[in-house]
Amino acid sequence: MTVMTPKSGTQDTSPILSVRDLKVHFAIPGKGLFAPDRQLKAVDGVNFDLYPGETLGVVGESGCGKSTLGRAILQLIAPSGGQVAWLGKNIVGSPHREMQPLRRDLQIIFQDPLASLNPRMTIGEIIAEPLVTHKPELGKEEIKARVKRMMARVGLLPQMINRYPHEFSGGQCQRIGIARAMILEPKLIVCDEPVSALDVSIQAQIVNLLQELQREFDLSLIFISHDLSIVRHICHRIMVLYLGNVMELADRDNIYANPRHPYTKALISAVPIPDPEIERNKERIVLTGDLPSPLSPPSGCVFRTRCPFAKDKCASEMPKLDRVSDTQEVTCHFHDSL
Amino acid sequence: MTTNHILTVENLTTRFQTPDGEVEAVNNVNFHIDPGETLGVVGESGSGKTQIFLSLMGLLAKNGSSSGSVRYKDTEILNLPARELNKIRGVSMSMIFQDPMTSLNPYLKISKQMTEVLVEHRGMSEAEALKRAIAMLDRVGIPGAAQRVHMYPHEFSGGMRQRVMIAMALLCDPEVLIADEPTTALDVTVQAQILDLLRDLQKDFNTATVMITHDLGVVAGLCDRVMVMYGGRVVETGSVRDIYYDSHHPYTEGLLKSMPRIDHANEENLFAIPGQPPNLQNLPTGCAYQERCGYVMERCSKERPPLKAFDQDRASACFREDGQ
Repeated sequence: MTVMTPKSGTQDTSPILSVRDLKVHFAIPGKGLFAPDRQLKAVDGVNFDLYPGETLGVVGESGCGKSTLGRAILQLIAPSGGQVAWLGKNIVGSPHREMQPLRRDLQIIFQDPLASLNPRMTIGEIIAEPLVTHKPELGKEEIKARVKRMMARVGLLPQMINRYPHEFSGGQCQRIGIARAMILEPKLIVCDEPVSALDVSIQAQIVNLLQELQREFDLSLIFISHDLSIVRHICHRIMVLYLGNVMELADRDNIYANPRHPYTKALISAVPIPDPEIERNKERIVLTGDLPSPLSPPSGCVFRTRCPFAKDKCASEMPKLDRVSDTQEVTCHFHDSL
Repeated sequence: MTTNHILTVENLTTRFQTPDGEVEAVNNVNFHIDPGETLGVVGESGSGKTQIFLSLMGLLAKNGSSSGSVRYKDTEILNLPARELNKIRGVSMSMIFQDPMTSLNPYLKISKQMTEVLVEHRGMSEAEALKRAIAMLDRVGIPGAAQRVHMYPHEFSGGMRQRVMIAMALLCDPEVLIADEPTTALDVTVQAQILDLLRDLQKDFNTATVMITHDLGVVAGLCDRVMVMYGGRVVETGSVRDIYYDSHHPYTEGLLKSMPRIDHANEENLFAIPGQPPNLQNLPTGCAYQERCGYVMERCSKERPPLKAFDQDRASACFREDGQ
């Protein structure tokens, strides 16, 4: 299997994360007493590599499997098949005691900044918890010093260390979540919609903070989002998911300048642009209908029921991820003729 | 005085009594809407944009009270008793909310929820009302409306539920439609469908529409005029072109600059407005935006800049309008 490498000077290094044919299928009880279980294919065969210091954007609509993918990479949900190689070693199915030390390097930031913080812990305790778990050898004073340093780094006043999450605004709570993820100086952070719940004026602050931290610590990020404008700003490469399948994977400039998959085109054209002239005159591809139920996905190409260009072949045959250039892969039978 | 404004709001102020003291959520707001016009109301959470319209629809929480004047055509409607207000709201003025699941009654079929208003306000028979409900569901693009009208809200997807809400709001041919973040909970492809629908409906029915949103992209595509709110007050008003191409208030300017653009590649850091949105319980003396403003002057912390008109239908609440 060939997997694309990013263009920007990172080919020489080896990927820190290699995902091959990753599948997450959930068994849903059938309707009726003796009905067999049904399979919900939340993630169905995803491949990609991630390089040090790189940001991969994962975009798609709700229910496309983007959060499940993020959690399956971190083994927070057990994959049903495939491989996740962290620094060359497959971690799918690793026992807890082998995973535990790896978790230092693998962190996550959640969408809802307040709900992901324990309301009964002070923010000092919240940020210190990974240190207490993973570096029990550190003394109390050292932990406190590190927590304060990290708080200052993410833009929180260190003297707020004894306050509780409810005393903070949404943007500040997200900074707490980032401090907790950063305190162990991880190599990879999965950011699951980290700015979707924030006000517009706060989103830019958090996006800038993530980018600064990335440069400072050579972090790799998997940035899960439905907001294609933010993804364009922060990501080097972008993966478009639909019903658990990769529709397109390409580097940032290619995917926005020259999207090849009809779904990518529709997604990009649906994002409103804050400029009345451009917004009112741009060409748009409006999709009809809703996402089909993932319990009964369409035959052949999963996107064909909403695709304005669907032909007979699309119903009978699932297209494969096809490489159209060094930096762009597309899952569509007709990507050449569209 | 004769104007053709369909809705005129003057000096609207809304206060809430809370255990921590009084909060002014809306402060001295003035605006009007004409038939067929779309007004965008933009602001962050807590800016008071929703509370304005809850006030004029008589839907404030129990600890809230409003003063000022709201006229629907020539009728004063602010603080009318519910019995009087019900002749107007839901009939001539309708509202669509952000979360269609919590605004529909989960125990009642769509048919019941839609026909109720027609039977009540229009004196239709159940059968007539059902026919009208089906026609309206069909108009907003719900496939198989005749069957689906007999389903419960949970049997619809998010986008379809929002269509049901829109259909309900349009049942009595309202002259004013207030849409409070109608697409925020939806995916972009579904958002595009709903925005197209609102545009079409406005053409067909010539409804005056208020679009309450934090999404400047949505406003750019849909609205004629824009009102920007900050800390419970209007800080800038103007036509959509004026606001986007010639913004005067530093907050409007900051908001526009801080939005990442899908049509631009940008290698640099995003422009970020520093600081936090203001706490309404503890607004500073002077301008509410002073702590986050790049143009702050000494005067800003002493007195509050009034909303000052400087052109036709243009106003900004900033001392920079005084020419330094």
